[in-house]
Amino acid sequence: MPDQLLFGMEVVLNGLMAGVLYALVALGFVLIYKASGIFNYAQGVMALFAAMTLVGIMEGNVPFSHLINAVFGTQVHHFGWQVPGIAAVALTMIVMVALAWVVNQLIFRHLVNQAPIILFMATIGLAYFLEGFGDVMWGSDIKKLDVGLPQGLNTVIDDLTYGLFGYGFFIDNLDIVATVVAALLVGSLVVFAQYSKQGRAMRAVADDHQAALSVGVSLNFIWVMVWSLAGFVALVAGIMWGTKSGVQFSLSLIALKALPVLMLGGFTSIPGAIVGGLIIGVGEKLFEFSVGTMVGGATENWFAYVLALIFLVFRPQGLFGEKIIERV
Amino acid sequence: MFYREAGDFKTSYTDDSQTFPIKFDRYRYYVVLIAAFAVIPFLINDYWVNAVLLPFLIYSIAAIGLNILVGYCGQVSLGTGGFMAVGAFAVYKLMTAFPEISIFIHVILAGGITAGVGVLFGLPSLRIKGFYLAVATLAAQFFLVWLFNRVPWFYNYSASGQISAPERSFLGVPITGAQTAPWAAYLFCLVFCVACALIARNLTRGMAGRKWMAIRDMDIAAEIIGVNPLKAKLSAFGVSSFFVGISGALFFAVYLGAVEVGEAFGINKSFLVLFMVIIGGLGSIFGSFAGAAFLVLLPVLLKNTLVGGLGWPTDLAAHLEFMIVGAMIIVFLIAEPHGLAQLWRIAKEKLRLWPFPH
Repeated sequence: MPDQLLFGMEVVLNGLMAGVLYALVALGFVLIYKASGIFNYAQGVMALFAAMTLVGIMEGNVPFSHLINAVFGTQVHHFGWQVPGIAAVALTMIVMVALAWVVNQLIFRHLVNQAPIILFMATIGLAYFLEGFGDVMWGSDIKKLDVGLPQGLNTVIDDLTYGLFGYGFFIDNLDIVATVVAALLVGSLVVFAQYSKQGRAMRAVADDHQAALSVGVSLNFIWVMVWSLAGFVALVAGIMWGTKSGVQFSLSLIALKALPVLMLGGFTSIPGAIVGGLIIGVGEKLFEFSVGTMVGGATENWFAYVLALIFLVFRPQGLFGEKIIERV
Repeated sequence: MFYREAGDFKTSYTDDSQTFPIKFDRYRYYVVLIAAFAVIPFLINDYWVNAVLLPFLIYSIAAIGLNILVGYCGQVSLGTGGFMAVGAFAVYKLMTAFPEISIFIHVILAGGITAGVGVLFGLPSLRIKGFYLAVATLAAQFFLVWLFNRVPWFYNYSASGQISAPERSFLGVPITGAQTAPWAAYLFCLVFCVACALIARNLTRGMAGRKWMAIRDMDIAAEIIGVNPLKAKLSAFGVSSFFVGISGALFFAVYLGAVEVGEAFGINKSFLVLFMVIIGGLGSIFGSFAGAAFLVLLPVLLKNTLVGGLGWPTDLAAHLEFMIVGAMIIVFLIAEPHGLAQLWRIAKEKLRLWPFPH
């Protein structure tokens, strides 16, 4: 087989894996958008915040140590203990649920019935706040996150493809784990939404707030639950991306990667988020591989957006979005 | 008592349709203009111009531009940073290519070029609406910044990839470069700012503005009553980008002097200008000024109190600033979703009836 084709196949495989990670972030958006009509720009920052909290708890850092030191002139940094990965994840999840509750109580309860753009701006405000809050709480240095996920070259695939084509594919173990986790997550979310009582209530709220209220669904509970779920998805995404590239500010920018995925798949569709993520992941890797080097590289920054834009011109509601019906 | 229209009789149509029909408003604006043109230039120093006045004027122009698009025409755009970059690079190319032409004309031409680019990226708005459009305009943001970063022709093949403004003067007074006096830079920006505000005010009360507002309120209904959505939407994109381009050109040439595109015109700039528009008030020219003033002054104040007053480390203050700006935005949206302009409107209503409110 020609080399170019083999490289291309490797690129496609890696693109699929990257796409899964995009889809993971996009999922959080879809969950909140479906249930409350809020386009949550803060999803990426939530992932960053979750990862920071996880690292902070694992290393036993004192929260707000910078602020405490600046105000009281003390020198506190560490509690002096280490928390094992699983326990730290559980503690972080508690923090994310608390965050969901606070966000709902303080912000979105007061913004019911506002225009979508106002809600969107509120989530941008939330993103700014959380970004500063996370930095004040845990410090803004780049942190290493290691919860014991396998990393590095997968030797099985390398050997297998070497035996088949005479060229070993480079696939990261972490990407494979991420793919499996994302598949499990999506599967369990779909099962939850379809078959559990709370899941049905969630879909009812998504369909019609007032009708759901009138049959006795507690909107507050559902919203807190949805934000917690989004927090959970953010935590998973934060662990994956944090392990891959370190916990740092750029982690929050994955939200910007997830937006074109959403546009492509449709804001309201969970399968859309997955398919959109895969298309974007493969598309941008292939484009960078084939065209990017000719025009100066780093096309990944915009390719996804332009692809989604061109796509939308032909199908304004995205691949799986609900058909937009407008009446005067 | 002071603020009223009673007794202010109009005897001609010209009187009736002037920009500020209420006498008190008119005189207030004259006072502000006289203060801005004839008093402030004598009082200011370098710090005031660079920390407060120049960013305020330049962001005001950008906010007016974005307000036309978002507040009047209802097309949410997150590409402001990219369009500002177009203005900056256009003025840079013009300044270096035609050094003999006045910089005043270059800035206006840069606005025109940005308007063209804006119309181009506004084309999808005919098919895409709402959030989908907001995200689609991000394509403009990322693509334009990438383009100016990667294509060496735009930055004249300079080694660092930065652009820096050559020294140019207007009417014999240096405007750009190291020799610029604070008052000269201030006045240069002020002229553009006042002109843009006047143009925007008159556009939005005329035929064009009414068409934009009809599109904003409901585009299908507007189409049925005879507003051409193609012309209305694209003209809004064009006019808005024209203003944004001028502000980008001034931001680069007069205010910063040297610019690295990803840093100066990144996505955060888009959000910043959008915040100004939202906090100031959608669909209000005064609101654009108020929002710009608020978001320019807030960091300066915070920095002065936290770092200068309390002696906290700068990075901590920067993080706290993020928290406070974020919290302020949320508080504003909850307390007054229509922004500072609405507070101003309420104050005027109260003033009209004061001191006999019943």
